[in-house]
Amino acid sequence: MSTHGHHDHGHPHGHDHTVFQPDIREPSEEWEFLEIALRELLIEKDIVTAREIQDQIEAWERKSPEGGARIVARAWTDPAYRARLLEDGNAAVAEMGFEVEALKLVALENTEDLHHMVVCTLCSCYPRPILGMPPLWYKSREYRSRAVREPRAVLKEFGTDLPETTEVRVVDSTADCRYLVIPRRPEGTDGMSEAELAALVSRDSMIGTATAFAPGSGGRSV
Amino acid sequence: MTGPFAIGARVKVARGLPPGHVRTPMFLRGRAGQVIRHFGTFPNPERLAYGLSGLPLLHLYQVLFTMDETWNGDGAYAPGDTVTADIYETWLEPL
Repeated sequence: MSTHGHHDHGHPHGHDHTVFQPDIREPSEEWEFLEIALRELLIEKDIVTAREIQDQIEAWERKSPEGGARIVARAWTDPAYRARLLEDGNAAVAEMGFEVEALKLVALENTEDLHHMVVCTLCSCYPRPILGMPPLWYKSREYRSRAVREPRAVLKEFGTDLPETTEVRVVDSTADCRYLVIPRRPEGTDGMSEAELAALVSRDSMIGTATAFAPGSGGRSV
Repeated sequence: MTGPFAIGARVKVARGLPPGHVRTPMFLRGRAGQVIRHFGTFPNPERLAYGLSGLPLLHLYQVLFTMDETWNGDGAYAPGDTVTADIYETWLEPL
């Protein structure tokens, strides 16, 4: 067991005094025991250190929807960037310093006629490098099953009431693509700077369960 | 080059129930839809999941379904609403 701290068998990273701190204190389900067994084996066999696992968890937790909001705000103000983002998501977000490895990042633009709303019915696929960790509701069985069948009811629960003339297109990210919704730019934002606009881009508007905030409504609290 | 299916092609999702790591959602199996986008080629996730190479690469498509085709009226949606999924070529049949 690695709990005694003797897992630095000549590992090139030297003495690792990190003790892994699990989120769940008392595992009860099979997958939790599996995760513990796999993690302890990887540490004992010097494949990764507890420190590396902890660092990686913290690195993921530092990512947030602020990244996606900056990307959307730029797409709103820079037509050439918007075109590049729609054409090749990975390259366009890389310009802004975001790396989306191994997956295809696809930006979908919401318009008056077409509203995209993203779900992963199979698990919890989400564009984490630019939006951070998905909200718990996104991973819930309830959202995953209802989004594809009763999208209008789900949207209403998020305060989003769209006319029937707008096609609601539920996008199930079942494979190697990760989707970023570009919400519609709110009315009355003509003179606003990119930073001011980014504050109007909520996480949920980039999933497509909501629209962007109206100016003067307070915006996203960061 | 968009592989075996052209953009706009009408397709049907296979009805199979194979065991293992399958990325085709159950609610769309057997449904008819339309190819709206080709994403390129990717390793086969049904093989990757078992430590295999995932080769040969498979063409991946975004397929559009009407809500009515999918749920036959039993849902909360407007007449023009749709759902899409990303489906590998091996799950699609020409229609």
